[in-house]
Amino acid sequence: MFEATAQNRRNRKVEGLFRLLFLWMTCMLILPVALILGVLIVRGGPAISWEFLFTQPMNNMTAGGILPALVGTVWLVVVALIASVPVGVAAALYLSEYAPDNRLTRAINLAIINLAGVPSIVHALFGLGAFVIFFRFGTSVLAASLTLAVMTLPVVIVATRESLQTVPLAFREACWNMGATRWQTIRKIVLPNSISGILTGVILEVSRTSGETAPIMFTGAAFFLPFLPQGVLDQTMAMSLHLFVISTQVPDVPEHMPFGVALVLISMVLAMNGISIAFRVYLRGRKKW
Amino acid sequence: MPEVAHAADRRDAAWWVDRAVRILVLAGGLSAIVFIAGIFVFITREGAGFVFDRFDFREFFGSPRWTPTSSHNPTYGALALIAGTASVTGLAMVVSVPFSLGAAIYIGEFATGRVRETLKVLVELLAAIPSVVWGFIGLSIMNPLIIQVFNVPVGLNVLNAGVILGLMAAPIMTTIAEDALKAVPDTYREAAEAMGATRWQVTFKVVLPAARNGLVAATLLGVGRGFGETMAVLMASGHSINLPTSPFDSVRALTATIAAELGETAAGSDHYGALFTLGIFLFLVTFAINFAADVFVRGGQRKHRRRGRRPAASANP
Repeated sequence: MFEATAQNRRNRKVEGLFRLLFLWMTCMLILPVALILGVLIVRGGPAISWEFLFTQPMNNMTAGGILPALVGTVWLVVVALIASVPVGVAAALYLSEYAPDNRLTRAINLAIINLAGVPSIVHALFGLGAFVIFFRFGTSVLAASLTLAVMTLPVVIVATRESLQTVPLAFREACWNMGATRWQTIRKIVLPNSISGILTGVILEVSRTSGETAPIMFTGAAFFLPFLPQGVLDQTMAMSLHLFVISTQVPDVPEHMPFGVALVLISMVLAMNGISIAFRVYLRGRKKW
Repeated sequence: MPEVAHAADRRDAAWWVDRAVRILVLAGGLSAIVFIAGIFVFITREGAGFVFDRFDFREFFGSPRWTPTSSHNPTYGALALIAGTASVTGLAMVVSVPFSLGAAIYIGEFATGRVRETLKVLVELLAAIPSVVWGFIGLSIMNPLIIQVFNVPVGLNVLNAGVILGLMAAPIMTTIAEDALKAVPDTYREAAEAMGATRWQVTFKVVLPAARNGLVAATLLGVGRGFGETMAVLMASGHSINLPTSPFDSVRALTATIAAELGETAAGSDHYGALFTLGIFLFLVTFAINFAADVFVRGGQRKHRRRGRRPAASANP
């Protein structure tokens, strides 16, 4: 009764074929990118040296290093984080700990989805219209960072909310039963148990912010500035825009330079994401409940 | 504390702090709405002058002539730009929808344990590559490759930008599609397997139809991603105004036009207003796409909650 029939064998064969097909499709998404990374490393690797990273660009950006772009990206990321992390965490706390299931909550969720979905160039137009012109920050680190902050807000909110929701409801209930207020519960129970998850979200935001180009083009990033920003109202160079500029706008750049910049940029971003993922896996392993 | 205070009245310092925090976090939540409204208000504010004075509906959507810098007769026809965006996004979807759904099915239904976790991490890393790096890849790696393989004079075209955009949009589609597959209750699969269905029969006859809404949402979000992508399209599409007739034509996208021209315009000029009008158009279209995707996701979730309720004991392992 339990012998494999012809039908069973055929089914197993078809199943194997489909399995292979889907595996092949998955690989087709990943392999090209692995190849591209390989090319970037082979052709950009020789360009990278201490000198490349820590000297000023020279001869109309056809020689020298990328120091102002590196420092500028750090400025932009730090200011954007200062602006967006408190707001993002507050929004996530509201959605996870306070929000009833009503129209307002749905509207907030829809707004978050849309903030993430609006094209980056539209964020750039918003930054120009709001921060540069209306609030009179001029083209500056401040205006560019605030634009980036608005754009990457959903990253913090989503990561934080997910992390808050992994804390079991029973933890909160135990605390409420002791007479604690909602905020005391959040402060003593929910946040300590989810802070590392929030951190992975922040790291993800750093990665996202440092790679964005369009939102900073008209709000604070300059094509070429041979000095470092002294404050938030100065303009600055940035890694992402620098890659765009030397690969499309400047003639006679030696080929290894844009490859070097691309390699540095992608290494920064992937390292950040790698750290965030490793952190998450480690936490999942350590979780006690 | 005054003695007359009611025993149940707990309005001490902690209560007031709790109140203040409640208002603060509500403000944080509302900020998302404020920002999305702010985006619309501020781009409309800058674009309003053009929309009311100069905007001509038939010219904007009907004419392929985008010559804003012409000194005697500037025209603002966005048809070629819309065609450019549509052709690149369309090709990207043709390339990446099957592969993304296939990858989602493999990760969600076939792969197990360590393989599955590794693939998910890899897909996540793909999503992290910045768009300017993708653009650079199109410019420096894909361009010579296309010239060589297809023997065409220029490698910056619909094909190049479409493939780049397909690779860029694939991770988000794979992730959302896999979420949709995961949302299909296991009871569906168990019921089908109990009837003797093989795994691919379960996938095709049961899981995919049940996850249809989520898969549509995944595709929509991919379209939205492609539609709004700026730097990669700017660098890989060739950036010349064209109504494309073949994948080897260079085109120019809506987003790329704004990025390339905004730096050269004087604030308040017609050209400046026209670029903001393109921005308003982009905003409205992506808003509609995201809204539709959200409706599909929600519809899918509600369906499973109603039909596929699991016994309470196993719902919380």
